[in-house]
Amino acid sequence: MGDDILIEAKNIKKYFPIKTGWFEEKKYVKAVNGISFHIKKGETLGLVGESGCGKSTTGRLLNGLIPVDSGSIIFNGKDLANASKNEWKKYRQKMQMVFQDPYASLSPRMKIKDILREPLDIHFKHMSSMEKDKRVEDLLDKCGISKFHLNKYPYEFSGGQRQRIGIARALILQPDLIIADEPVSALDVSIQSQVLNLMKDLQDEYNLTYLFISHDLSVVEHISDRVGVMYFGNLVEIATKEEIFNNPKHDYTKTLLSSIPQMIPKARRKQMN
Amino acid sequence: MSNLQTETITMEQMKTNKDNRFLQFWRLFRRKKPAAISFYFILFLFIMMIIGPFVTPYDAAEPNYTSVLETPSASHLFGTDEYGRDILSRIIAGARISLSVSFCAVTLGAIVGSILGLISGFIGKRVDKLIMRTCDVLFAFPELILAIGIVAILGPGLKNVIIAVAFFSVPSFARIVRGATLEVKEMLFVEAEESLGASRLRIMLKHVFPETLPTIIVYYTMNVGTAILAAASLSFLGLGAEPSSPDWGAMLSVSRDYIGTAFHIVFFPGLIIFLTVLAFNLLGDGLREMLDPKMKD
Ligand SMILES: Nc1ncnc2c1ncn2[C@@H]1O[C@H](COP(=O)(O)OP(=O)(O)OP(=O)(O)O)[C@@H](O)[C@H]1O
Ligand SMILES: [Mg+2]
Repeated sequence: MGDDILIEAKNIKKYFPIKTGWFEEKKYVKAVNGISFHIKKGETLGLVGESGCGKSTTGRLLNGLIPVDSGSIIFNGKDLANASKNEWKKYRQKMQMVFQDPYASLSPRMKIKDILREPLDIHFKHMSSMEKDKRVEDLLDKCGISKFHLNKYPYEFSGGQRQRIGIARALILQPDLIIADEPVSALDVSIQSQVLNLMKDLQDEYNLTYLFISHDLSVVEHISDRVGVMYFGNLVEIATKEEIFNNPKHDYTKTLLSSIPQMIPKARRKQMN
Repeated sequence: MSNLQTETITMEQMKTNKDNRFLQFWRLFRRKKPAAISFYFILFLFIMMIIGPFVTPYDAAEPNYTSVLETPSASHLFGTDEYGRDILSRIIAGARISLSVSFCAVTLGAIVGSILGLISGFIGKRVDKLIMRTCDVLFAFPELILAIGIVAILGPGLKNVIIAVAFFSVPSFARIVRGATLEVKEMLFVEAEESLGASRLRIMLKHVFPETLPTIIVYYTMNVGTAILAAASLSFLGLGAEPSSPDWGAMLSVSRDYIGTAFHIVFFPGLIIFLTVLAFNLLGDGLREMLDPKMKD
């Protein structure tokens, strides 16, 4: 694991306006209220916090799905704020998302084969059709989906399989950074560990960097190198996994840790190894 | 209501039964009796449209003054008209005119309306406002009056009937497709595509549009019924098909003078218009329950 920084967020902010009456003062949800962090190449940063604290918004700010109100995002040494449209397209290629709901995030009327080819069609206009097919088959195979399923539709798969397909789609452009927003939250516990282990294996093989968003501390502990704790739009603590779990500094982190039932995570930790 | 829910294809049903989607669709569709019967009836009309002129028992255009205004009998099932022409033969021959006029009109209206609705819903903002306000203005006219007005400007004739009927179906298609687009636009897979780097145009055409197709198909089917009625009305008013042609509306128009003396020559063209419109509406209803359970009128 190198010490080079892949992506850095500097004091990023995002406020969403709340609908108010005509004569009232304008109000905002401070979804992300000035947070700074970086992720090193090949590392996994876990982002935890309770529902509504701004984890997903942080993820969407990083890959530019929504623009930041202020602050800057630096990817591979380049500030994304003043990137041109073409440069953005290149970054998109290097930064992919995995979503919580693998069913809703796959186009329902497209075959698996076409869903996976889509990113290649967008970014590699000159790649031959055969080459694309080969890349799709190889990657699906790596993600544990047999090539016999290529002509099926998303509804024909189980939740775990769909998430594997979602992961394969995110990897097909050979990105550097994967932003995974609760990628296993919708899955059964037994399948969660399979998918997490797949993500770990793929990380080693392709030297991927992860931003792993989850509200489930045991999942985050399993996969992360470092962990950031968010609380109402602020990043209250960020440290190595060991620090956070053994020696939490911030009161909110302590509360969060004490609120996981002790029995279950132990059983689950065993299951995941 | 509960009936509607159980008849809708659920994801579970699709999953348990892994064969062809279309076969499955067809199997569920056949269980909806009114829609299925309507479908067969429409299929029958289509076959008549193609082979009609070759199977009519009599010539649909040639007058026969030896058998004027005969009531229905074994040799003339629907009777004959004031020129002695077999009404059944005329109805079969007329399927071509009446159906193709309304299909052309609705297809034209659906294409233009859907494109406008898709653009309106997807781009939003000023474009949306402009398109929707224009539609509102068109909605303010009663449909038939609008159609009459257009034919009055363009002049009578089938081509202009097509344009007029298409014109008044544009705003309703635009509105319905816009609604569907707004809904699809918020779905997660659209965001997923965006994060992959797909262009707005690509997302609109390749991902959003296909999702609105079921809505368009349902609405298209229902609109064919309306269009048949509108085209018949225009012909009835003498603004559409040539009065002597076997167009269903024109037949009604010419025969109305005989309504007191020879009821059958009004009755059968009227009946076929009624049944055809009903069939398209029932088929549309059935398709809606299957394809688009959320859509309400
Ligand atoms: N597009 C938006 N418009 C308005 N408000 C938004 C929008 N997206 C998020 N918010 C608000 O911003 C806050 C943070 O939302 P966010 O989705 O980032 O939380 P989260 O930490 O991911 O929560 P969860 O664990 O439930 O996914 C919430 O209060 C949410 O209601
Ligand atoms: Mg979230």
